[in-house]
Amino acid sequence: MSDPALLKHSPLESAHVACGARMVEFGGWYMPVQYSGIMEEHRAVRSASGMFDISHMGEVIVSGPGALAWLESLLTNRVGKLAVTRGQYTLMLDERGGVIDDLIIYRTGELSYFLVINGACRDLDIEWMRGHLPADDSVLLQDQGNDYAAIALQGGDSEKILRSLFPGCDVPKRNGIAPLIPSLLASEGSIPSLVARTGYTGEDGFELFVPVAHGIALWESLLAAGVKPCGLGSRDTLRLEMGYPLNGSDLSRDRTPLEAALDRFVGLDDPEKGDFSGRKALEQQRSEGFPCRLTPLKLSVQGPPLRSHYPVLADGVAVGETCSGALSPSLGEGIAMAYLPEACRTPGTQLEIEVRGRRYAASIATLPFYKKPSL
Amino acid sequence: MNVPADLRYAKTHEWIRQENDIISVGITDHAQAELTDIVYAEPPKVGVEVKAGATAAVVESVKAASDIYSPLSGVVTEVNDALTSNPALLNTDPFGQGWIFKLKASNPAEIDALLTPEAYTAQIGQ
Repeated sequence: MSDPALLKHSPLESAHVACGARMVEFGGWYMPVQYSGIMEEHRAVRSASGMFDISHMGEVIVSGPGALAWLESLLTNRVGKLAVTRGQYTLMLDERGGVIDDLIIYRTGELSYFLVINGACRDLDIEWMRGHLPADDSVLLQDQGNDYAAIALQGGDSEKILRSLFPGCDVPKRNGIAPLIPSLLASEGSIPSLVARTGYTGEDGFELFVPVAHGIALWESLLAAGVKPCGLGSRDTLRLEMGYPLNGSDLSRDRTPLEAALDRFVGLDDPEKGDFSGRKALEQQRSEGFPCRLTPLKLSVQGPPLRSHYPVLADGVAVGETCSGALSPSLGEGIAMAYLPEACRTPGTQLEIEVRGRRYAASIATLPFYKKPSL
Repeated sequence: MNVPADLRYAKTHEWIRQENDIISVGITDHAQAELTDIVYAEPPKVGVEVKAGATAAVVESVKAASDIYSPLSGVVTEVNDALTSNPALLNTDPFGQGWIFKLKASNPAEIDALLTPEAYTAQIGQ
């Protein structure tokens, strides 16, 4: 493992150690991969509640009279359709249409936006954004990644827990954002505490953003409310069961959102969406066609857990490799994502995934892999 | 951490149990705790030749796949089929029902090179 001294540290690290976390390197950060066990943590989120330290993710505040126009030029779907307090998943592309990052943008005021970016590429994202700011001072960009501690409270019990800990809190609706405790907002000047009803697990839940100094107290109050501490291990299996992509595994500068099957987050057909970074490349790709598309796969037989970089074969010929893979804790089946040529979708194509030289029959699945049991 | 006194150990966290000329092989309590939730086991095939220190089996947790090295050279005589349907036996009973395979040792002198329970306990820092 990398030397922790060379890694970035979460403001919640001492709380993780107290909870018995196993710490690992992730995207340059020293983060908990698990506490009691990935399976148990995964099930806690699917059946009750769990919490994840997401302080490694970056928070960026964009404001000013030019904020909207600039964000429209930077992001793939239309920012202008967001009402104040609403958020959406979006992508930031380079000129070639490659994915720099996937992120959530919330509109927090008439002229202000709150962006949450991935931990592993925070510096790169900020550099890209700064490099594309307008020359005038119509847009103010504030990197507040080091000012916030962030915790994702996820699972069906989340709303009940949030209300019990923050009575009188203005609980946002799905994809919405609200002040967490208005009084804290006043005391911390420019660092407002926020609660967003988002997450990356497929369950109801909230992402709580508080000033660094309040992070451990928030973690401990959630712990006292019975919320299970969960690490990056279960965060990964939960997001993969939903088919949510992970930047660095499923997304990269070498793939466009069209190849990643994220078309619905790209405003190419929105008449009110203007030009944005990568648009021309995407239009060209759409007219010319593209070689591969991110495809959900499932083992048809009992087999080993799937992981990244396992070869995928169609009728015995190598056609790609898995970029994410897991043994789905909820389904007990091997699931994976792979960029595969369109021809692999032809009915009758025999797909296989190779693990340590042995081939296992696989088939194309529909997303999400895991569907919530209907009540 | 449990380190039974009647077994010998490899530095790579496997144990052996000698029953006449048949040797059982598994992973230690320390190893299973490090690996955490084991969800898959791939034992060797009966009849294959294994070499001391070479990969003989694979066990996988949710997070990672780990090679299991044979502590001794020999021929695999039996594998624990129960692990296929219940790999968690490696976590719950690593020295008992979680055994992985049995072999007939081709060079029993290799046993002397394995760690005593005391030496293994010292290695895992207890």
